[in-house]
Amino acid sequence: MGKNPEKQILTELSDYQYGFSDPETYVFKSHKGLDEDVVRQISGMKEEPAWMLDFRLRAFRHFQERPIPTWGADLSDLDLDDIYYYVKPTDVASRSWEEVPETIKDTFDKLGIPEAEQKYLSGVGAQYDSEMIYHSVLENLEAQGVIFLSIEEGLRQHPELFREYFSSVVPIQDNTFAALNSAVWSGGSFVYIPPGVKVDLPLQAYFRLNVANIGQFERSLIIADEGSQVHYVEGCTAPLYMTNSLHSGVIEIVVKKNARVRYTTIQNWSNNVYNLVTQRAKVFENGTMEWVDANLGSKVTMKYPACLLMEPGAHGEVLSVAFAGPGQSQDAGAKAIHFAPNTSSKITSKSISRGDGRATYRGLLKILPEAEGVKSSVVCDALLLDPESRSDTYPTIEVNAQDVSLGHEATVSKVGEDQLFYLMSRGLTEEEATTIVVSGFIEPLVKELPMEYAVEMNRLIQLQMIGSVG
Amino acid sequence: MSKLEIRDLHVSVENNPIIKGFNLVMQGGEVHAIMGPNGTGKSTLAYAVMGHPRYEITRGDILLDGQSVLEMAPDERSRAGIFLAFQYPVSIPGVTVANFLRTAMNARRRHAHLPQEEISILEFRKLLKSKMDLIKMEYSFGGRYLNEGFSGGEKKRTEALQLALLEPSFAILDETDSGLDIDAVRIVSEGVNAIRGPKMGVMVITHYQRILNYLKPDFVHVLFDGRIVESGGQQLALQLEEHGYDWIRDKHGENLIA
Repeated sequence: MGKNPEKQILTELSDYQYGFSDPETYVFKSHKGLDEDVVRQISGMKEEPAWMLDFRLRAFRHFQERPIPTWGADLSDLDLDDIYYYVKPTDVASRSWEEVPETIKDTFDKLGIPEAEQKYLSGVGAQYDSEMIYHSVLENLEAQGVIFLSIEEGLRQHPELFREYFSSVVPIQDNTFAALNSAVWSGGSFVYIPPGVKVDLPLQAYFRLNVANIGQFERSLIIADEGSQVHYVEGCTAPLYMTNSLHSGVIEIVVKKNARVRYTTIQNWSNNVYNLVTQRAKVFENGTMEWVDANLGSKVTMKYPACLLMEPGAHGEVLSVAFAGPGQSQDAGAKAIHFAPNTSSKITSKSISRGDGRATYRGLLKILPEAEGVKSSVVCDALLLDPESRSDTYPTIEVNAQDVSLGHEATVSKVGEDQLFYLMSRGLTEEEATTIVVSGFIEPLVKELPMEYAVEMNRLIQLQMIGSVG
Repeated sequence: MSKLEIRDLHVSVENNPIIKGFNLVMQGGEVHAIMGPNGTGKSTLAYAVMGHPRYEITRGDILLDGQSVLEMAPDERSRAGIFLAFQYPVSIPGVTVANFLRTAMNARRRHAHLPQEEISILEFRKLLKSKMDLIKMEYSFGGRYLNEGFSGGEKKRTEALQLALLEPSFAILDETDSGLDIDAVRIVSEGVNAIRGPKMGVMVITHYQRILNYLKPDFVHVLFDGRIVESGGQQLALQLEEHGYDWIRDKHGENLIA
């Protein structure tokens, strides 16, 4: 794994916030800012086919014409000219463990992450003890015809399959940052599950597999063929230690007839990151798509996982939690677009705001004229921890059909004085009492997580709450 | 034996004086009943002893084993040995009874003078079941969200379960009998008797004599207009049951004018 530079995390670049010098050891680094040359260079370095270069260039031109959106979170401090758009790291670890800040190491320790994994996460070492273990997992998957590769390898090894589905769910025109990603994407996963195959274990992009999945402009494509089933897990609860200030990924998922896909994200970005992600799934006849999404950290997150319900019987669910700590803005939500009759969707969104953190639910539920017999429910719950915390809800509902059944509920609650007093009267400190209320609030999401993530998620919430009581 | 002493206590809520010179000394192992009509400050007394931030102590002192608790936050008072069974326990959605109780036990261990290790899940389960047996509670309760959708009786029984696990030196039962049917009052009271053992001091706040048939108080006090106006044995409770509170009003009502 360490031999292939593509398989390493794209590491820190220009930022000196954490006291790193810019290590001049990259095989290749584009100049700051974005122009057509950079796009050509990226495609060239990856030795891509002509159609992909053409796609990137079209995306780049479209990006240039699109304004930075102003309808959502505040992006006015985001300087797109001050970013390196492509870095090909060397196959030598670019920094030593000693250089990793103590605060980051400390958090790893609190999360109970073994040192080998800590080093990998910090971009120090890529060699990893459990490599042998996942090799055998991969062999088992391969025997069933499952394809699980980095996105670059997917394009190289399965060009036709790749081309058939790539950008079929998220077109270049989807939004400004999808256009940017389409121009400069690098890293991510390519997954194909053959008809009828049910993958029992969650596929984890979680730093254990062969993908440089936490690149700045990651791009993932998952295709679940008819009657197949897969649970894909990305991210990890450790703080994603990235000095790049922009993460703008695109995740595309195709759920064919009777297939079932769950995509779980847990991400904890360092608090300088703009996390602007496009996640879309197209769901066909009687297929089910479930997005389980936990967003912590970052400076600004804008993320609205979407289910496009294309054929009768398709079902989409989004279950999300956003935690906006001091100085953070979490603008998250969900979209369900019902193109076909008898489709159904369920959106459950939970947000927590602490300090002057701001959590926004922004959702779209759209029912097209021919989509009769649609059922949908949207529930948004916000929990405010401090008087200056803020929560906003912007649910947009467009119904163009007659026979639909809709439910919408929104609640805002505060951790009440009486709740705290009750819990404290049993011996919990104020901080412990607040933490347990928060844990209970996100319990509906945590119980959907694989066990090890659930445990880490709870610990992570505890960490977020340290110092919450002044 | 522990001692809880309340001296000349004055408590205001939003600048309204409610408790006006309350005195009581309780020894460990004793049961004191505090009775009185509505609005005389019974629950205010309970909250003030536990340290609710909205209940301002304007005069007097509360001493646990000779140490003032006034500067202590509710969690510190709890860990020092004071317990309040709430009249209206709040619900905590998403937090199971078992998880909450384990968290509470571990908080006490962590913040103890000599910090102890966290209780293991296995050990805790055993302990929880043994305490649930004491108050005849089904084990499945451990998996329910704390007080969420509980009936009145279930809430009171859950309060008793917490009392059983936390083993305080002084417990205040704030109208634990209110809203319960006769059988439930008996079950909860028998549970409290099984829990309290020879050392725990219990302050039972109630309107009714019924619960006292089971808890058998050593002392009965009548709270009126923020202070104790009558004290006696169990026959005082019987007298109140028979004659109501009117004679108390007649005898001590002049305080209201002042």
